Amino acid sequence: MEYPILKLNQVVKQYGNHTAVDGVSFEVAKGSVFGLLGPNGAGKTSLIRIITTITKADSGVIELEGQALNSAHPEQIGYMPEERGLYKKMKVGAHLIYLARLKGLSKQAAKEAIGQWMEKFEITDWWNKKVEELSKGMQQKVQFIATVVHQPKLLILDEPFSGLDPINTNLIKEEIRHLHEKGTSIIFSTHRMEQVEEICENILLINQGKVLLTGSVKEVKNQFKLNHFEIGFEGEVPVEFINQVEVVEKQNKKLVVKLPDEMSPSALLKRAVQTGVDIRSWNEMLPSLNEIFIRQVAASNHG
Amino acid sequence: MDKLKLIIAREYLTRVKKKSFILATLLTPFAFVLFFVVIGFIFEYQGDEVKRIAVIDKGGILKTPLKDEDNLFFTKVNEDIEALKANFEASTYDGILLIPELADIKLNNFTIYYYANNPPSLSVETILKSRIEQKIRDFKIEALAIERSALEALETKISLDPEPIKDGGTNVSKVANLIGAAIGGIMGFVMYLAVFIYGMMVMRSVMEEKTTRIVEVMISSVKPFQLMMGKIIGVGGVGLTQVAVWAILIPSMMFVVNLVFGFETSTGFGNAPSVNAEVSMEDTEAMIGLAIQEIGQMNWWVILPLFVVYFLGGYFLYASLFAAVGSAMGDDLGEGQSLTLPITIPVILALYIMMAALESPDSPLAVGSSLFPLFSPIVMPARLAFGPPFWEIGLSIVILLGTAVFFVWLSGRIYRVGILMYGKKVNFKTLGKWLFYKD
Repeated sequence: MEYPILKLNQVVKQYGNHTAVDGVSFEVAKGSVFGLLGPNGAGKTSLIRIITTITKADSGVIELEGQALNSAHPEQIGYMPEERGLYKKMKVGAHLIYLARLKGLSKQAAKEAIGQWMEKFEITDWWNKKVEELSKGMQQKVQFIATVVHQPKLLILDEPFSGLDPINTNLIKEEIRHLHEKGTSIIFSTHRMEQVEEICENILLINQGKVLLTGSVKEVKNQFKLNHFEIGFEGEVPVEFINQVEVVEKQNKKLVVKLPDEMSPSALLKRAVQTGVDIRSWNEMLPSLNEIFIRQVAASNHG
Repeated sequence: MDKLKLIIAREYLTRVKKKSFILATLLTPFAFVLFFVVIGFIFEYQGDEVKRIAVIDKGGILKTPLKDEDNLFFTKVNEDIEALKANFEASTYDGILLIPELADIKLNNFTIYYYANNPPSLSVETILKSRIEQKIRDFKIEALAIERSALEALETKISLDPEPIKDGGTNVSKVANLIGAAIGGIMGFVMYLAVFIYGMMVMRSVMEEKTTRIVEVMISSVKPFQLMMGKIIGVGGVGLTQVAVWAILIPSMMFVVNLVFGFETSTGFGNAPSVNAEVSMEDTEAMIGLAIQEIGQMNWWVILPLFVVYFLGGYFLYASLFAAVGSAMGDDLGEGQSLTLPITIPVILALYIMMAALESPDSPLAVGSSLFPLFSPIVMPARLAFGPPFWEIGLSIVILLGTAVFFVWLSGRIYRVGILMYGKKVNFKTLGKWLFYKD
């Protein structure tokens, strides 16, 4: 049996009277891209700090590939924090070697790996530049190399695209995709839902330290669908049809209706045809992750 | 352990390789020596001006002519004061010294007159007064027919030699005391500077890591305690390097300067021209001889290693506190003032206690302070040259090292929480809370 790359069970972390992580359990399948979502202050960073061994959980079990988290694990994890920086006065090459060696690489191995990455990003001439001479976007590239240089099994990226221009965002996205193809498991933490829909397979939504929902992107969307269907039509909609369904929204040539209970979408379509609606398009309206996110967080804050 | 070594190496090397460090390390001794050279010149300068002085001896007091000084030339003249004054501008003289008749041989107060365009400098006045005093003394001895040898017999020079009651107690001469005070003062002061300079260096570096947000990247690879210790040890190494370079450069440069310029950098300071030149010259030479002998006799093989022990103990104790405060501070140095104050106050107090301890190295204040760990790193090195009892040194080191270890642990607990806290105004209550946070 293959262990999940990461498994959390009933993890709790308190700071004074404040419970930052409140009984969180989830699994990240090996080789998957996992989205960790939540509003500011939801406990994402606390959770990540526990996984990266920066802090210890008060209780609960954290396993990396079936092994309880221990001090050897940081070398297998690559973490790019949201708040990231570099030593400004250090030269890029020396800085990357330093960070790589702290991850357990030998000087020689570090040099080689860094050289390859710098070639890939076409930044080999930065080797002797001081970090402070680089722009913020350029520093992000250096930080990305520092995060992946030791070939971590688990990559944790907290808002990896913040502050990057579209070109560099694509560049990093490409590299993340490559790493994913090579089998690296990735935890991706962000507020930007369109990126989550694009990149992640599974997600976990937390708020106030508690898990609100978890599952694959598809499952989650299905779970929260409101059974709304959008019908594009010509002419007029017969009153007979309108009386049989709940109309959510009516525009000039568009009608959004709610699927009545115990009726299948096909039956609804049939009914529309039968009552004489001149149908031009038929579409199930799935909620965006963004809508789910906002709805769920608001509900949990008020509940 | 390997990671700690990596951190220490980075912290040490990045600082030592910095141009500003190399300049400060090499230029400080230069500045220091230059300061003494300038001071030396200033003191020499006073006597630089050559003066020719016409001497009118109305009462025939001068049995032998006044001896010329390096820059004072005396000429005995028989002219009248009024005539001299009238021709003064045309003459080669810079001043006229008028010695009136001694009305009564038993007179104890006697005024001589100096005519010149400008009043004499302090040093010239001192020389004139002392020379004439000597001459009048000789004149009086002869006039009163006192036996010179009998008179000399009256003079007794007293020196006090402190002796211990019990055998084997410390027996210290007066010169040894002075030398001890000088060496102790230097050591105590170096400790004081070291704690401030390098402690602050640690604090600023911790703050920088926090504000540039490198710290979270770092502690995803190493433990916060390793990062803190690496920094403290690395900066400590920088401190030892700098102090060692200064300890070698400053004395050797002073030596060279002495050879080149030929003035006593140490005695040229504050000493007005000696009153009894001949006698005191011999005295000074004897003193220097004795001093060199005493310095040679000091137990350097004990004092220097002990100094390093106190340096390290005091440094670790204070640097860890500075690290803890640095971790609690935000980007704003001013905001942290209230947090650094409680650390700087004991350091400054210790400096004043050290000065008092130099006066009386065995006073209860000195002994107590050299056991109290916040003061001992500064006070005890100052007392080392006086040879304090071994049990005191031992006890003070044990207390100091124990406290240093405790403070490092304590600071580590604050540090690990502080470096990840942003945008929070921190006071001592919050620091206390952090101590009890679980990892």
